[in-house]
Amino acid sequence: MNPIKNISRRTFVKSVGLASGGLILACNTSVFSDKEKDENKDLTNFNPNLFVQLNSDGSLILIASRSEMGNGVRTSLTSVIADEMDADWTKVIVQQAVGDAKYGDQNTDGSRSVRYLYEPMRKMGAMARAMLITAAAQTWKVPVTECTAENHVVLHSSGKKIAYGDLVEIAKNLEVPTEITYKNPKDFKYIGKKLRGVDTEEYSNGSAIFGMDKRLPNMKFAAMQRCPVTFGTVKSFDKTAALKVAGVIDVIEIPRIAKPFGTLGGIAVIASNTWAAFKGKDALKIEWDLGDNASYDSEKYMKQITENVHKQGKVGKDVGNVNKAFKNAHKIVESTYQLPHLAHAPMEVPNAVAWVQGDSCEVWAPTQDPQSARKEVADYLVTPEDKVTINVTFLGGGFGRKSKPDYVVEAVAISKAINAPVQIVWTREDDIKHGYYHTVSSQYLKASLDKQGNVTGWLNRFALPSIASTFSPGVDYPAGFEISSAANVPFDIKNMKVEVGQSPAYVRIGWLRSVINIPHGFSQNVFADELAVAAGKDPLDFRLNLIGKDRIEETEDPIKYNTARLKNVLKLAAKNANWGKPLPEGHAYGLSVHYSFYSYVASVVEISMAFNKVKVHNVYTVIDCGQTVNKDTIKAQMEGAAIFGMSLAFYGKITAKNGAIEQSNYSDYKMIRMNEIPKVHVEIVESTEIPTGVGEPGVPVIAPAIVNAIFKLTGKRYYNLPLSDYGLV
Amino acid sequence: MITLQINGEKHKIDVAPEMPLLWAIRDIVELTGTKYGCGIGICGSCKVLLDNSPVQSCMIPVSAAEGKNVITIEGVSKNLQLLQDSWTALNVPQCGFCQPGQLIAATALLDKISDPTDEDINEAMIGNICRCGTYQRIKNAIHRTVELKKQG
Ligand code: FES
Ligand code: FES
Repeated sequence: MNPIKNISRRTFVKSVGLASGGLILACNTSVFSDKEKDENKDLTNFNPNLFVQLNSDGSLILIASRSEMGNGVRTSLTSVIADEMDADWTKVIVQQAVGDAKYGDQNTDGSRSVRYLYEPMRKMGAMARAMLITAAAQTWKVPVTECTAENHVVLHSSGKKIAYGDLVEIAKNLEVPTEITYKNPKDFKYIGKKLRGVDTEEYSNGSAIFGMDKRLPNMKFAAMQRCPVTFGTVKSFDKTAALKVAGVIDVIEIPRIAKPFGTLGGIAVIASNTWAAFKGKDALKIEWDLGDNASYDSEKYMKQITENVHKQGKVGKDVGNVNKAFKNAHKIVESTYQLPHLAHAPMEVPNAVAWVQGDSCEVWAPTQDPQSARKEVADYLVTPEDKVTINVTFLGGGFGRKSKPDYVVEAVAISKAINAPVQIVWTREDDIKHGYYHTVSSQYLKASLDKQGNVTGWLNRFALPSIASTFSPGVDYPAGFEISSAANVPFDIKNMKVEVGQSPAYVRIGWLRSVINIPHGFSQNVFADELAVAAGKDPLDFRLNLIGKDRIEETEDPIKYNTARLKNVLKLAAKNANWGKPLPEGHAYGLSVHYSFYSYVASVVEISMAFNKVKVHNVYTVIDCGQTVNKDTIKAQMEGAAIFGMSLAFYGKITAKNGAIEQSNYSDYKMIRMNEIPKVHVEIVESTEIPTGVGEPGVPVIAPAIVNAIFKLTGKRYYNLPLSDYGLV
Repeated sequence: MITLQINGEKHKIDVAPEMPLLWAIRDIVELTGTKYGCGIGICGSCKVLLDNSPVQSCMIPVSAAEGKNVITIEGVSKNLQLLQDSWTALNVPQCGFCQPGQLIAATALLDKISDPTDEDINEAMIGNICRCGTYQRIKNAIHRTVELKKQG
């Protein structure tokens, strides 16, 4: 039992800007195992947190500590509190937390907001309910056991009732109870149901304030020219033409900060409006020192890492005896898969507003990780973190890009230099050319089959520049977390080996929605399909057999995977798609299944081809993510993931020549559009297991399912993405 | 000085005539519902109605909007409000950033075709990217709006 304190009477209530007088609960509770705490320092600091404020008019302010970027987190997390509190959802006002360690870990990535916060939010709600019941019992002078709570009201067995708001004065002076009772899940009103997003109206009428929409009196607008080559620096620059652009106020140099989330540096143009800043930026004449990465040619690089996976690599996992299995094989299958860099390209470009005043600074930014932004800003200004306020706006998409607050540091650097509030806005070209790219990969897979078509040996050797290289320059092999999703495959294979090849980084490598599961999910699912063909079996039967008997896999991870759940989603997806039944002439199915972020997802896609162009008609996705919170959000995430997965399968490709990114905008870094969409059918498995990832796990299954369907239809196997390279879209 | 008529209100602004309408709306008039997504006319985030036609405001110089009636996402137009209602009812937005542009494009569609087919919708909405992938719900919300209108 972790201590929860009623902090209504504490002075810092005011300092966080909440009206005093309400019932406010804080807690320093944590559901994290000690092991997870050790692994992630951020998690240890779950200090007094504010999540609930009930006002005497009955309005209920609930705090969302995670960032809203389409993940629906402002609705899901607060609905958990409201449900356990027996609160009336229509009385809830969601307030966004600033970046502060007292809220616990706020880093909104890794598909883990609900996984981490489901229990703590339940606790917050249950605690509040218990105190309100106690307050009512005291008012009526009756035993607590005769009182119950329901929809913002406490009821007495005699039929008396009292509204929550009327209990505030008494409740706020109560000690928090030492025992909490949770609701019986069968009584949930919001959890596991469908709720409309709390911000839907604001999104639809234009009043939602994204980072780019923040305005301050006397605020300036800035744009910045960065070196085309990653980590190149300014040799000299001529600002004459830029200063002549109407509206341009100043041109300054912002030096690179050589930290993972530091600015790339460059020349900033400060203006009275965004357009003038963009025009001024275009008018700059800059001579660059291109630096060490100027030789980066992604096409040559692909050849190099492919050579590296065609020879012995460093061993990441070695179980049984793969060589022996290969020697005794009835059949050997081997393939190489190549996937390019990707860019996040969220609809809202990176941007931030900063106002540095003396040793203090206030920021408004669309950030996935306000605490990391706070730390970077404090470091930059050499000021204590409590002098830095990070207000989290809505994010117009994040996908991992907005976990990296380099753009926040830029706004702060400029504001400090010009001594005024400023908004920096990246152009779309800046966003495409100066990102933290999803890795580029080459993967070599080899497997042996016995006479019955069982897989007896499996080798996966891959090379890809690691995310770790962004944090430790010089890292030139995949890191442990990039190996594990190749090593912990849920296949029942006795002899398995994973090796990694050398693969240094020449651009900033970052995490993009579903991260390493994109390459691994692709190669594993396409390869399994090839093996099914080699074994002369139906891909579904083959796959179920490959996953093998029901078992809980013992990995080093605190959360184990359960092969029965994996097979279940696959079977359900096949059933929903009518797998095995005849399709219209010229149509074919492909399937794929993947375990990531502790969730189980399978997709069956139905495609056809006309004039050698792929058309995706239907996507049948099934997810098992344990206990659900907002089913409509889960459905929406699966729908969106299908489109995200299709975009990368069809078009996603970032390339570099002479160290510079060749793409520039949605014109050459294309997205799926309305005329290309399939019908996406989603089934969510009912479960009482712990809640697991939703935002990302729907992505990795899509591309391999499409490639497998193309094979089924045409007999031609595509090993690389995107399909636009083959003229297929 | 340029006079813009936006959502029925006149705004006198002092900007270069070639400034794109988008930035005049966002930075000068300070109506921030209209979004920047690409700046080259291919994402649709910046769409507004110019004398009832959908245009990419990032491509239109502010001078070309003078004397015309601009309606933004904050504005009023019968179909816009009906569509907004469907958007909310079907929980269309994910991050929400592209939705003002989507709604303007959908409004222009219903202004022109009262009962659009899926093909009509594809054609009208092809210029609007949604990186979150809410297309299916957008399509359903347009159909729902039409159905409700039919029922009166
Ligand atoms: S910003 Fe105008 S079309 Fe993209
Ligand atoms: S809802 Fe996020 S881009 Fe469309």
